[in-house]
Amino acid sequence: MGRETPKQQQQVSYTVEQLVAVNPYNPDIVPELENYVNEQVSSQTYSLDANLCLLRLYQFEPERMSTQIVARILVKALMAMPAPDFSLCLFLIPERVQMEEQFKTLIVLSHYLETGRFHQFWDEAAKSRHIVDAVPGFEQAIQTYAIHVLSLSYQKIPRPVLAEAINVEGLSLDKFLEHQAAGSGWILEKGHVRGQLIVLPRNEFNHPELKKSATDTVPLEHITRIFPILG
Amino acid sequence: MATSRYDYEEAPGTYDDANRQDIGYDPNFVPDSVKSFVVHLYRHIREKNVYEIHQMYEISFQTLSDRLFKDTPWPSVDAVAHYVDNDQVFCLLYREMWFRHLYARLSPTLKQRIDSWDNYCSLFQVVLHRVVNMQLPNQWLWDMVDEFVYQFQSFCQYRAKMKNKTEQEIALLRQFDQAWNVYGVLNYLQAFVEKSNIIQILEQEKEGGEQFTATDGYDYSGGSNVLKVLGYFSMVGLLRVHCLLGDYQTGLKCLLPIDISQQGVYTSVIGSHIATIYHYGFANLMMRRYVEAIHEFNKILLYIYKTKQYHQKSPQYEQILKKNEQMYALLAICLSLCPQVKLVEETVNSQLREKYGEKMARMQRYDDEAFAIYDELFSYACPKFITPSAPSFEEPLVNYNQDAYRLQLKLFLYEVKQQQLLSGVRTFLKVYSTISLGKLANYMEVDEATLRSILLTYKHKTHAVDSDGKIISNADVDFYIDDDMIHVVESKSVKRYGDYFLRQIVKLEGVITDMDRVKLE
Repeated sequence: MGRETPKQQQQVSYTVEQLVAVNPYNPDIVPELENYVNEQVSSQTYSLDANLCLLRLYQFEPERMSTQIVARILVKALMAMPAPDFSLCLFLIPERVQMEEQFKTLIVLSHYLETGRFHQFWDEAAKSRHIVDAVPGFEQAIQTYAIHVLSLSYQKIPRPVLAEAINVEGLSLDKFLEHQAAGSGWILEKGHVRGQLIVLPRNEFNHPELKKSATDTVPLEHITRIFPILG
Repeated sequence: MATSRYDYEEAPGTYDDANRQDIGYDPNFVPDSVKSFVVHLYRHIREKNVYEIHQMYEISFQTLSDRLFKDTPWPSVDAVAHYVDNDQVFCLLYREMWFRHLYARLSPTLKQRIDSWDNYCSLFQVVLHRVVNMQLPNQWLWDMVDEFVYQFQSFCQYRAKMKNKTEQEIALLRQFDQAWNVYGVLNYLQAFVEKSNIIQILEQEKEGGEQFTATDGYDYSGGSNVLKVLGYFSMVGLLRVHCLLGDYQTGLKCLLPIDISQQGVYTSVIGSHIATIYHYGFANLMMRRYVEAIHEFNKILLYIYKTKQYHQKSPQYEQILKKNEQMYALLAICLSLCPQVKLVEETVNSQLREKYGEKMARMQRYDDEAFAIYDELFSYACPKFITPSAPSFEEPLVNYNQDAYRLQLKLFLYEVKQQQLLSGVRTFLKVYSTISLGKLANYMEVDEATLRSILLTYKHKTHAVDSDGKIISNADVDFYIDDDMIHVVESKSVKRYGDYFLRQIVKLEGVITDMDRVKLE
């Protein structure tokens, strides 16, 4: 396939999304959905609905399943964490397929990420370069997830803990931290025991006092119920 | 209407039942009561007398079945056709009931399964492509969709048990490969949703442009409710089929046009109400949205508790009770994974304690015994998952009807296992307001790095991503970490004054309006 102009590419994805919305139970769209997976990989976009549609069609006609495409779908799903997309995809993949080596590895990787074992994750990922290198943006996506979980948990995090979670050390880490300090409001402090402490941005999860009293806000649409009475 | 349809294994001896059906059964014999039944039903349908149709459909049909057709089919459609002017549509409707009765009381043969599929195709084609001038009770229309999906599920189970299939059966399966084909089933349901325009109708109704829910789906301007209401119930049908396939995300998407926080046509029929919430709750459970599942299960279990007495005489009663029990089991699972007891109403909670109090205590211990209980409850309460693809007739004939269920169970238990250490953390967090990582690691007998992982797992698992992509915390006890100190945060239960005042305002206005209507002599 020759290089398509961005406009043409946009038209293709628009059509696929339409297909999935309007005519999803149709065996003829399998090739288009498979192309769409490859497109998601190369253009660093993502569509869970289209991928679930394809996995469903594979379920209906298992002889047509391409394990390579399925593996790519799973890697993209992993990159969507903390969303549960990876397990949503697994629900649709037959057990005997999940027993194949590459899928066992992906399941292990997912397991490490689900249980906060970032050190083990990066170790295993390094051993499986062929799987993860095939999808651009993988490393950044996982780092984003790691930072997300850390931001839920920590007000202040010691540098080595952060380093291990995002698999960045030394000078690269310094640069990374500078970048985050400039753009994302991270603050770098001097800790007493372990050297540098990173102060993560405040949110309602690591700063409970910020938690909106969602409990006693009343949505506008509920108030509309009494407009006739008030008016 | 089927009484034991959700038992996992179908009644054995399917292959012998062709004989059983023949004994003492003359398809051409039409008792007077049946003649009277079809004549009157036909007339009521022509006259669009929905109330009478409903009475006959729900009560008379049941009574006659109990009295005359306890274990034989009803007379064949050919035998009754001339009493009803050979009306094509009536005959299709009669056959639909005929097959439904067969599935409920007897075991269908393969040929009968295929014939039932053909009947649904004919019936659905008529509704989709012709102008149908009927008004049928919602109960019947729901039963059609419900039974359609049920027979599909039953067929997939049947087909997957290849081991004892006769050559004759295999030949039939190969020949009629379109019967109960998953594409066919899904596309019919989808066609109803589209052709009826139901999604747009519901949208417009919100803006006041259409009347649908207000009339319970019935058409009071001389038209027909059949296509619209079938389209509406098909959304629930799609949710159900997707759950059977293990695609929870898409299932929930199919249900989206229906606002389950309100009454609607789906609540007009108890069977539909329960089926909707059961599958909605189950899908949310599998997507780890435990709070949402608990919320909905709580509502419906309370509703069933208050209203089940009114359904005691109904043919759906047994089904209602069965689903009730299953949802208590699912609620027990949800609460063990996400201890938020304050979300559960008092009555429901006491019922829950009675049924599953002990098991829930054991589930939260997260040892081998706990997994066995999760397994037991999940297996009892889960939908009857299916393998939608046809078997390869070349390979050795095996039974693979349990494959789909085993996969869903395995993945569910996998998730439970990942949450194993969380209850330990919870216990400690409830006791301390601050504690150092080192100390807690000591108490939990793990090293600090492992403890950090466990705490991250706790945060990740208790902060689910909702349908809009937002992060919602469902943690009952929470924390944050400052370097190497854990600070515990207890979530306070807050009274919802805003909601309370709104309800009381509306109520008072209602009372004042009523009083205004009173004319003083």
